[in-house]
Amino acid sequence: MSIRFTLDGQEVEARAEETLWQVAERLGTDIPHLCHLPRDGYRPDGNCRACLVEVAGERTLAASCIRKPAAGMTVSTGGARVDAARKMVFELLLADQPASLRDAGGTFARYVRALDARPSRFPPSRQHPAADASHPAMLVQLDACIACGLCERACREVQHNDVIGIAHRGAGVRVVFDAGRAMGDSTCVACGECVQACPTGALLPASVVADGVRAVAPERTVASVCPYCGVGCQLDFHVRDNRIIEVTGRDGPANRGRLCVKGRFGFDYLAHPDRLTRPLIRLPGAAKAPDDCVDPRRAREKFREADWEEALALAAAGLGRIREAHGADALAGFGSAKGSNEEAYLFQKLVRTGFGTNNVDHCTRLCHAASVAALLEGIGSGAVTAPFTAAEQADAIFVIGANPTENHPVAATFLKQAAAYGAALIVADPRGTGLDAYATHRLRFTPGRNVALLNAMMHVIVAEQLHDRQYVAAHTRDFEALAAHVENFPPERMEPICGVPAADVRAAARSFATARTGLILWGMGISQSVHGTDNARCLIALALLCGHVGRPGTGLHPLRGQNNVQGASDAGLIPMMLPDYHRITDTAWRHHISELWGADLSPVPGLTVVEIMEAAHARKIRGMYIMGENPAMSDPDVAHARDSIARLDHLVVQDLFLTETAALADVVLPASAWPEKDGTVTNTNRQVQMGRAALALPAEARQDIWIIVELARRLGLPWQHRPVAEVFAEMASTMPSLAHITWDRVAREGSVTYPTDGPDQPGHDIVFGDKFPTADGRARLVPARLVDPAELPDEAFPFVLTTGRQLEHWHTGSMTRRARVLDALEPSPSVSLAPATLRRLGIAPGERLLVTTRRGSISLAARADPGLPDDMAFIPFAYREAAANILTNPQLDPSGKIPEFKYSAARIEKAEPADA
Amino acid sequence: MVAAMSDAAALPRRRGRIAPRGAPLDDQALVEVEATIAPLPRDPDQLIEALHRVQDRFGAIRKRHLHALAALFRLPHVVPYEVATFYAHFDVIEDGAPAPAAFTVRVCDSLPCALAGAHDLIEGLRAAMPHARVLAAPCMGACHRAPACIAAHRLVEHATVERIVSPAPQAPLPPPPDLASWRARGGYRPMSADPLNLLKAAGLRGLGGAGFPAARKWELVARQAGPKHLVVNADEGEPGTFKDRWCLETDPHRVLDGMTLAAAAVGAETCWIYLRDEYFHLFAPLRAAIAEVKQAGLFAGGIHLRRGAGAYICGEETALLESIEGRRGYPRHKPPFPGEVGLFGRPTLIHNVETLWWLPEILRGGAEGFAAAGRNGHHGKRLVSVSGRVAKPGVHEVPAGATANEIIAEFAGGMATGHSLAAYLPGGASGGILPARMADIPLDFGTLEAHGCFVGSGALVVLSDRDDLPEAARNLVRFFRDESCGQCTPCRVGTEKAALLLDAPRWDRPLLSELAQAMADGSICGLGQAAMNPVNSLLKFFPECVP
Repeated sequence: MSIRFTLDGQEVEARAEETLWQVAERLGTDIPHLCHLPRDGYRPDGNCRACLVEVAGERTLAASCIRKPAAGMTVSTGGARVDAARKMVFELLLADQPASLRDAGGTFARYVRALDARPSRFPPSRQHPAADASHPAMLVQLDACIACGLCERACREVQHNDVIGIAHRGAGVRVVFDAGRAMGDSTCVACGECVQACPTGALLPASVVADGVRAVAPERTVASVCPYCGVGCQLDFHVRDNRIIEVTGRDGPANRGRLCVKGRFGFDYLAHPDRLTRPLIRLPGAAKAPDDCVDPRRAREKFREADWEEALALAAAGLGRIREAHGADALAGFGSAKGSNEEAYLFQKLVRTGFGTNNVDHCTRLCHAASVAALLEGIGSGAVTAPFTAAEQADAIFVIGANPTENHPVAATFLKQAAAYGAALIVADPRGTGLDAYATHRLRFTPGRNVALLNAMMHVIVAEQLHDRQYVAAHTRDFEALAAHVENFPPERMEPICGVPAADVRAAARSFATARTGLILWGMGISQSVHGTDNARCLIALALLCGHVGRPGTGLHPLRGQNNVQGASDAGLIPMMLPDYHRITDTAWRHHISELWGADLSPVPGLTVVEIMEAAHARKIRGMYIMGENPAMSDPDVAHARDSIARLDHLVVQDLFLTETAALADVVLPASAWPEKDGTVTNTNRQVQMGRAALALPAEARQDIWIIVELARRLGLPWQHRPVAEVFAEMASTMPSLAHITWDRVAREGSVTYPTDGPDQPGHDIVFGDKFPTADGRARLVPARLVDPAELPDEAFPFVLTTGRQLEHWHTGSMTRRARVLDALEPSPSVSLAPATLRRLGIAPGERLLVTTRRGSISLAARADPGLPDDMAFIPFAYREAAANILTNPQLDPSGKIPEFKYSAARIEKAEPADA
Repeated sequence: MVAAMSDAAALPRRRGRIAPRGAPLDDQALVEVEATIAPLPRDPDQLIEALHRVQDRFGAIRKRHLHALAALFRLPHVVPYEVATFYAHFDVIEDGAPAPAAFTVRVCDSLPCALAGAHDLIEGLRAAMPHARVLAAPCMGACHRAPACIAAHRLVEHATVERIVSPAPQAPLPPPPDLASWRARGGYRPMSADPLNLLKAAGLRGLGGAGFPAARKWELVARQAGPKHLVVNADEGEPGTFKDRWCLETDPHRVLDGMTLAAAAVGAETCWIYLRDEYFHLFAPLRAAIAEVKQAGLFAGGIHLRRGAGAYICGEETALLESIEGRRGYPRHKPPFPGEVGLFGRPTLIHNVETLWWLPEILRGGAEGFAAAGRNGHHGKRLVSVSGRVAKPGVHEVPAGATANEIIAEFAGGMATGHSLAAYLPGGASGGILPARMADIPLDFGTLEAHGCFVGSGALVVLSDRDDLPEAARNLVRFFRDESCGQCTPCRVGTEKAALLLDAPRWDRPLLSELAQAMADGSICGLGQAAMNPVNSLLKFFPECVP
C-alpha cells in the first residue's frame, strides 16, 4: 500500500514502511543525519535532530529519520525554520568538540562543513573526558561524543553484544562499557561495529589514529570477503602503502555490514616478520624432528632459501620419484579450505591427474564430515538447506553443539536478533555459550550424549503426535521404523543419561515441533565425535518429523567452519568424490570427467586425513603436498601425526609461514594470503562470493594458483597459466550445481547463491521444498542408537576434555597469532574449568596446570569459565606451545571418518613450577 | 609516517585472560542482592524497585551489586548501570567507595522554594551538619509550604535548619479517608450507561498539563484490541505543582474510583500507578487503599503501584511508560501515540491524577454542573496550585477561565504582606512568565499560547516587585538543564548552553532567541520545547530587567 503526500512541493508516493528520510533520499534529497545510519539493523532513533523537517500544520519540526508520511501530509525538507534548527544542532554540538575534529572524514565533520556551522557561538561547557586507550584495537575519545547512541545500537541491537550503554542523564550522558569500565576491561568482544557506526571519531580504529585524530586515509578500497570463518562476511579493505589500514563491513547477504574482531582487526599477519617470502629447501642431512614443530627458530635453521626454479624442481622431482618407485597411492595431498574454489579445484585435479591418486582431502574431514555423511544419506545433499539468515523467519531456532558467538560471530548476531524479536531459541550444549543469554530453552546435556537427548525430543514429538503427519507422509520414508525406535527413548529414561531434566526436554521438543517454522543449526559438537554421523542423523530426522525443511524460516544448517570449506568440498577436495559430490566409484561420471580432463582417473576412493596420517606412519604414503593446511597442529593425537609427517620421504608445503607442518617439510613454497589474491569462495550459506586482491605479494611470494600450475607442469601435466576466471569456468563445467553462475556474474553481484535457475535468477536460499535429490525424491529418516564416547572418564582420567576454537584465534593460529590485536587480546593458552571445579582442586585462576590424556600432556594456565560443567575442561587448539591436539583422541566415526576432538578422558593437576 | 602504523609498534603485552571478559561477578554480591530483592519477580519492569531496595539496604548502589542485579534479571551488565545512573535518587558508587553520609537532606531549590530561601537553608544545613549530605534537589510538591526538604525519606515543610537538626516529634499524618468513607459519599457506585458522552459533555481535558480532551483519548483506546492498560500519572514534578499530591492525600479513593471508571470505560484490564518518589509518604496509604479496592472486588484486573526514583521527565507520559518498563525515562517519539502503542507495546490510557479526581463527579450525574462551572466564557473546574508571594498558598478549586488576579484575590487571600504583584508563572516552570499587566487574561487551555505561555498543570507561581526576575529565569533554566533526560541534542545541549549564557553579565539576546526557537522547534518532548519559555517571556515582557 503506498501513501501519497507532498514533499517539497512535489506529490510523491511512499511505501508503507518508508520514513520521510528514506523517501527524500530515494528522490535525491540529502537530509543531514548523525544518529541515523541507513544500514541494516540500525533502528532510526530520532535523537540528534539533524534531520528535522517541517510538516505543515504541526507545532514542532519532525525528525525525518523516524517519521513516516501520512496520506495528504505536506512536508518541507528545507526553509528558514528547518535550516536554522538543523544548523543550531551542529553549532551546539560543535561547542564541545575538540579543536581538531577527531574524524575529519566522518559524517559529523562532513555536515559541519556542508551547513557552514563553524564557528560555534556557544561557550564550551564540558570537562573533556580523558582518552581511553585500554583496548588494543580501538581508541575511545569521548570528548568527541555527541551521544547519538549509534554505538549503543551497534552493540546492543545490531551485533547484540550488549556491552555499550548510555549512562547518566542530561548534559552528563555518556557512553559507557558495562558498568563504566574501560573498554579494554569490559565484556567487549571487539567486533568494531561501534567504530564503524560512530559519526564523530569518538570511537576510532587505533590503526588510523595519530595525535588523537584520524590521520591515515586510504589510497583505495577493495571489496572482498573475509578469509576467516564460514560465515563469509563481505568487507572492504582500505589500503595505503600496500598495507590494510582499516577494514569495514560491506552489505553482503551473510553479514549486512557486520564483522567480528578477526575480520575487522586481524589482517596485519600479512606483514609479520615471519612471513615467508622466498622458497625454502631443507638442508642436506638436516633431520626432521617432530620437536621442531614447537620451536620455529630451530626449524628454520634446517632450511636454506632457494630460488623458485630450484625449489619447484626439487618439490616436483621428489613427488615424481615416489610415484615411479612406490606407485601413485604412495602420494597424497591436503588442499586447503582457506584458499579459493579455483585453487581447490586445481589442487584436487593435480592430485588426481598428476599424482594419479584419490588421496586428496582437507580439513572438512576434521569438521563436518559426519554432517555431510548424514546429510547425503538422509536428504541426498551435503550442503545447508537454508542460510543462517533464515533465522529471521524462524519461530523456533535450535542450536546444538555449536558456539556461534565464538566461532561464527556474525551468524550469531542473526540468531540473537531473531531471539530478541521473539523467536524461541533452544540452545543445547554441554557448555554454557554466549547464546544462553538469549535462549528460551537451555539444555545443558552430558557431553557425548547428543543421541540420548535428541531421541528423547523425538520421542516426545512422536508420542504427543506433534509431528507434521502430512509432511512426513509426503516427503519422507521409514517413519514407522523411526517412530518405533524413538519409542524406547522417553525423556524420563534418558534424563540420567543425557543429564537434562525430562520436563525441559519435553518443553523444548514441544516448542520446536509446534513452531510454524523451525531452523536447526549445529556445529562441531555434533560432528567431531565417533558417533557424529548418528548425531547428525537425529537432527535431520528431527527437522523432517516437524516438516521444518524447505520453507522460509526452516532448514538444516551445519555451520561450516573454514571460509571455503563448503567450496573446497564442492570443488572435489574429497578422497571419495569428484567435484560436486560425484562418487569416484560412479563409473559413468568418472569417465565423463576423465574425458573433460584428458586424463585417466583412479577408480579407487582415496584415504581421508587421519587415514593418510596412519598410512604415512606405516610408510604406505611416502610423499605429500600440503597447501595451506597444518595437520601437525590440527590433527588428533598430534604427536603421532607429527611423527607420521616426519616419516615422509618427501613433503612439499605451501604456506604463508613456517607452520608446524612446514617445519617437517623438504620444500616450503611461500604462498599468497587471501587479501593478495583474486578468487571465489563459497560460504556456509552456499553463497559463492568474490574475493579480490587488495595488496601486492611480498618479495618472491607467489600466487597459490601459479604454484599449483608450476608443480603440475613439472609432474608432466600440460597445464598453462590462465586467468582465474578461466579456471572458474572449467570448474563450473564439471559442477552442475554451479549452472548459470559465471565468474563475471559473481564479480558483478558480489555473491550468488547456488543453485540458481538462470543467469538472471536469484539463487535458491531455501532448497528441497518440493523434493529431495534422492532416488525417490524422499528423505530418509535414519534412527540412531546410543553409542558411548570412545573413552569414558575413569579414576585415572576423571575429566572430559573438549577442544575448539576461540573468538580471537583462527584454527591453528598461524595467521591470528601473528595479528597484533588478536594476539594482544588472547596471548596465551589456557584450560577453562568451572569456578567450582577450580575451587575443588584448590587451583586459582591463572595457575599453571598439567593436562594429561592417554596421548600426552600439555601445560597451560587455568581459566575460570562459569559456562563449563563440573568435571569438564575446554582447551582451544590454536596454541603451538600447548597444542590441544597432543591430547585428543584419534578414534574415528565409522561413516564420516571424523575424529573425536570433542571428547577425551583427561587428568588435571597442578604443573610443577617451571625451571627458572 | 604515522607511528601507530609502523610494524615496530608493538601493542602493550596483555596478560592472558583467566576469567570471562569484563568484571568478575562477585558471589557475595549475588547473595546480598538476592536476599535484598527476594520477593520481587525478576521481570525487567521490577528493576527500578530492585534498585530502590538495594539503595535502601546499602545506602548506595555499588557496581558489584549492579552486576549482580544484571545477572539476576538476566540483563546485559550495562543495563542496571544505565538505569541507576539516570535517576537522581540512586547513588551509584565504586565498590571500594564508602557509602554517602547516612543522613541525606535533599533541599528543594526550585523557584517557589528558592523564593523562600532554599539557598540559605542549604548553606545553613551544611554548616550545622558537616557530616550530613546536603543536596539541592528539584520540586518536592510542597511549594505552598516552602522551603521544603526531604531528610531520609521524610518530607519537611517550612523547613529551617533547626527543624532538621533537631526535629520535633512529628505527629503521624492522619490516615486519609478510607473506602467506606468514600462509598458513603457516593463513591464506587455504578456509573451511567454512556460515560463517553458524559465526559464529552463535561469537556474534561487532561489536567497533567497538555489539556488533551479526555473523551478523545477514551475513544482512541476503547477501539483498540486488548489487552490494554491504564496508567495513572502520579509523577507531577512541574515546579509549583502539588495538586495531585493534594488529591492523593485528601481522598485517595476518589482517584482510585476515577481510575476504575476509566479502566472500565476503555476496557483496560490492568492499572499502573506511577508515584513520584518525592511522595514517598503517600506510598503506604495508597498501597493500603489499593488493597481495599482489590479486597472489595471493585476491580477485577491487576493494580500495580510503582515508584519513581527522582526524574522530572518521567512525568512526561511516554517517559513514564519507559520508566514503568524498567528503563531510563526517555520520552518516546509520537506517533505512534500511547493510546495505540503504549505500555509493553499495548494500547494504554494515561491519565493524570487530577483528571481521575473529577471523573466520579462527572460520571455520576455531575457532567453538566462541571461544564457550567467555568468563568469568563470558559467551562469546567480545576485544582490550581498557588505558591509564591500570596497570603494563602495552597491547592484551590477554581473555575476554569479565572484570571490570575481573580485567583490571587478570591482564593489565595491576596498578595503576601509587603509584596505587590510583578509577574506570575501561569503553568509552573515551563508555562512562561507573564507580567502583572497581563494578569486579567482568563487562565485555561489555549488562552495563553499566543503570548508564548500556557496554563499546563495549573501551577500559579506568584512573583512580586521584590523578586529578581532574571534570577528566576536562571533558576528555571537550571531546573530544565538538570532534568533534561539527555536524549535529544536541542534539549540536552541547549539547556546546558542556555544556563551558561544566562550566567553571563550581559545576555546575548539574539543568540538566546535563536536557541529558544531551535529548542522549541526541535526538541523531542515538551521539556526541551518549553524550557526557554521563561527566557522568552523575559525578553518579550520584561526587556527592562534583562541584563
